[in-house]
Amino acid sequence: MSLTMWGLKKSPWVFHVNTGACNNCDIEVVNLLTPRFDVERFGIQLVGSPRHADALVVTGICTRQCMPRLQEVYRQTPKPCVVFIIGVCACTGGIFHDAYHRWGRVDDAIREVDPNAIIAYVPGCPPKPEAMALGVLKALEML
Amino acid sequence: MNIWLVILTFVLATLGTVVLGLLSKWVDRKVTARIHWRVGPPWYQTFADVLKLLGKETIVPATAQKWTFLSAPIIGFAGAAVAASILWGANLTHASFVGDLIVVVYVLTLPSLAIIVGGMASGSPIAALGASREMKLVFAFELPMILALVTVILKAQGTLALDGILDYQASNGMFIGSVSGVIAFVVAVLSAQAKLGLVPFDIAEAETEIIAGPFTEYSGPSLAVFYLMKAVLLAVLPILLVTVFWGGFRGWGLLWGTLAYVLVLVLFVLIRNTNPRLRIDQALKFFWFGLTPVSILAVVLAGLGY
Repeated sequence: MSLTMWGLKKSPWVFHVNTGACNNCDIEVVNLLTPRFDVERFGIQLVGSPRHADALVVTGICTRQCMPRLQEVYRQTPKPCVVFIIGVCACTGGIFHDAYHRWGRVDDAIREVDPNAIIAYVPGCPPKPEAMALGVLKALEML
Repeated sequence: MNIWLVILTFVLATLGTVVLGLLSKWVDRKVTARIHWRVGPPWYQTFADVLKLLGKETIVPATAQKWTFLSAPIIGFAGAAVAASILWGANLTHASFVGDLIVVVYVLTLPSLAIIVGGMASGSPIAALGASREMKLVFAFELPMILALVTVILKAQGTLALDGILDYQASNGMFIGSVSGVIAFVVAVLSAQAKLGLVPFDIAEAETEIIAGPFTEYSGPSLAVFYLMKAVLLAVLPILLVTVFWGGFRGWGLLWGTLAYVLVLVLFVLIRNTNPRLRIDQALKFFWFGLTPVSILAVVLAGLGY
């Protein structure tokens, strides 16, 4: 394992993207980043610009309006990067799976841009912050 | 002086200060974590950050000025590295020349300039806004910082060489032990807080306000060079303050200097964790109408011999 890959596993900087969520998952993501769960132990830091990010944390059902913007954010994230799909709505559509304004699945939108994207799924409505942290750590171990 | 010796000094000082700076950044994050009642990152965290950034791709925006955009971090890092070598040279050996304090101040403006130029060259309105904030902040904090250093020069009977300042402190006691020294030290700490871009003066890179300010469009190795520049600056400014106010790493020895360095660093971190961020107009008023009169008072007291 190269030095830069070790660095990537030990220091994943996170950027949060909301593609049309009810905000419940977003609240839990923000909760995860509070001092109570202390994800800075694992090197996880919230960054403001997708160009600084290693991990995209995506919530929401991927509305038609948001789909091209999600793809643009993915393109702006320097590779190698990981995508974490948080919440059942982002994974499969959840209870909104046949909504009129939904484009499709988040991972389909990302695979349109990059067929080899590394995607991890954390289902739940909303997933507990502990579950999100576990998902992130498991995915990083498998890199 | 032998050119190879100069180059060797520069390379060793830069590498040493990079390691010291990355560890100081870790101290910052760890002390912040303990204040938040949490555990915080392990000691190798900042090294992992740099290694990771070196492995990512560099994306240059289409609207950016490519060569200015890519060379700005290198120029900033070079400025911080030169300041580090001059300070270590004066502290550990007697490699000092008349006016090297002025050279250190001059060269330490390069990092701020690099942030401004890099932000302006990014071709992004957010980065331009962050760069203009950094410009206004530089206007604000440079004046009290220079007046604090003028206090030190006056107290050392007008010598402009770091060697002279260190020798004077070795024989006549540290400048922190006098009234004007304490006032000038407080002014210098607050100005250094602004130079390092730490709360309450992290107005340029205000994360919740303007994304990442001038650093928004940087990614990969160019961001890594900016990260290293900030780390070296985090090591150089406490070393400068310890050299001119606490007798440097000579006088009472390396141990005392290290203790003073850690004290100044923890002072930065504590101020950072207990204050909200200022607006740019509040910061300007604070530095021009608050700290500048105080530092003028320190200069006058130093002139009178207190």
